[in-house]
Amino acid sequence: MREDGLAARDAAEQVARRSYGKLVAYLSGRARDVAAAEDALADAFAAALADWPRNGIPQSPEAWLLAVARRRTIDAARRQRTGEQAADHLAMMHDELEAAAANASDIPDQRLALMFACAHPAIEAGVRAPLILQVLLGLDAAMIASAFLTSPAAMGQRLVRAKDKIRKAGIPFRIPEHEELPGRLGAVLDAIYAAFSEGWTDSGGTDVARRDLAEEALFLGQLVTQMLPEEPEALGLLALMLYVEARRPARRGARGEYVPLAEQDISLWNMDMIEAAEGLLLRASPLDSIGRYQIEAALQSAHVARRRKGDANWSSIVQLYDALLALSGSPVVAINRALAIAEVEGAPAALEILQSLANDARLTQYQPYWAARAELLARTHARDEARHAYEVAIGLERDPAVRDFLLQRQSALAP
Amino acid sequence: MQYLLMIYGNEAGMQAASKEQTGQVLAAYTAYTEALQKAGVMRAAERLRPTAQATSVRVKDGKTNVLDGPYADTKEQLGGFYLIDVPDLDAALSWAARCPGASMGTMEVRPIWPMADYA
Repeated sequence: MREDGLAARDAAEQVARRSYGKLVAYLSGRARDVAAAEDALADAFAAALADWPRNGIPQSPEAWLLAVARRRTIDAARRQRTGEQAADHLAMMHDELEAAAANASDIPDQRLALMFACAHPAIEAGVRAPLILQVLLGLDAAMIASAFLTSPAAMGQRLVRAKDKIRKAGIPFRIPEHEELPGRLGAVLDAIYAAFSEGWTDSGGTDVARRDLAEEALFLGQLVTQMLPEEPEALGLLALMLYVEARRPARRGARGEYVPLAEQDISLWNMDMIEAAEGLLLRASPLDSIGRYQIEAALQSAHVARRRKGDANWSSIVQLYDALLALSGSPVVAINRALAIAEVEGAPAALEILQSLANDARLTQYQPYWAARAELLARTHARDEARHAYEVAIGLERDPAVRDFLLQRQSALAP
Repeated sequence: MQYLLMIYGNEAGMQAASKEQTGQVLAAYTAYTEALQKAGVMRAAERLRPTAQATSVRVKDGKTNVLDGPYADTKEQLGGFYLIDVPDLDAALSWAARCPGASMGTMEVRPIWPMADYA
């Protein structure tokens, strides 16, 4: 019974991952009622967890969930509406839902169109990425809120308002025409990358839900490039994610300890993914439109080449960071740029740059800033200062493996 | 779905325009209205007299208060509207963008709240 329960939970989780967005898009129907579709799907998943352990996992779990969810949608509509109006509505819904036969492969894949609805200019900019994460992947507001550093209650409210607007303002599920595409695509790509980064936080890959999130983001990235094969930034984003994902197995040692890039065993890298990433970058470059994701992917490519061939072209890496900093103005990029400059001009020059960033209040609570500072200070033999910077970095880190790594670095400082 | 396209613009600027300029604007509106009709999406359209002809009414504690002027003093004023029936917001937005008012001021696009949705 217990094992059946686990198998049922597994199966439900797999359908949730593969099909959630597709089922939401479909169940939202002509009325584009995303919230109602989500409610119905949540009921269907709950029913599955009760039913599957007893009666076995159905042949097509997706079709099973769809059948239950649509019964709920129709029940809900019946409760809400009366008389003739309800009859009309039900007939419309019945037609729509019957159109998808019992066979789940008939459900049209409207995930990309749904992503564009979530990233529509009529939706408040700050909520577009969280909305895609929730509607496409089924993440709950609390998890999204923590990824975006806001309170779950506030995030929940903003998500509700956004779904309300999709329905009431009539925002279509549609892939935009060519001229409006670049602007609209940016919001979609940012959301996918946010999903990927959230999945990547657990770099050891021990937390299944998070590992799946990175996989799902890769999946969404692939979906976008399949449907829009000539969009350089979409290709760049997918390349970037593949470079990072390729190194996942090397990021942790046998005992789960953190391994920095410079010390990774490159035989553990997934070379197929790296080749695929290089191919994507090559496909993007003649399309002649540079952007954040292509530059970040190019940086990954340079770091990979550095480890594989043993020779580093640090000045071209600095140039890439210059371009990225000009585009983003992000202090996080500035830190990485400083570390690259340390390789060209030495640690003191890099420390000066970090010092100039120190006024940014956001950085005082940002672990990589303190770790970078500590590393550079250690190189200039400023041991006490380095020890202090490591101390702060360790205090700010959530991941125990990274904490251990920083502790080791700290204790390796000569007394 | 039905949408109200509200045309906001600086009416003082419009009043200061030359006869020729006004004629051009009116011709553009005539063409736009015709295009909406040809597409079969127009339900209603009216032009409003300027806010100088506006009067506001409010009843408070049983007392009726009549005030000279518009509800609010704003930089751009409501000058007219189109009521259209189109499949979705994108279609409404693309009609709003074609309206001469979009390049002279701001178009506000608001979905009509159907009575069936009141419950």
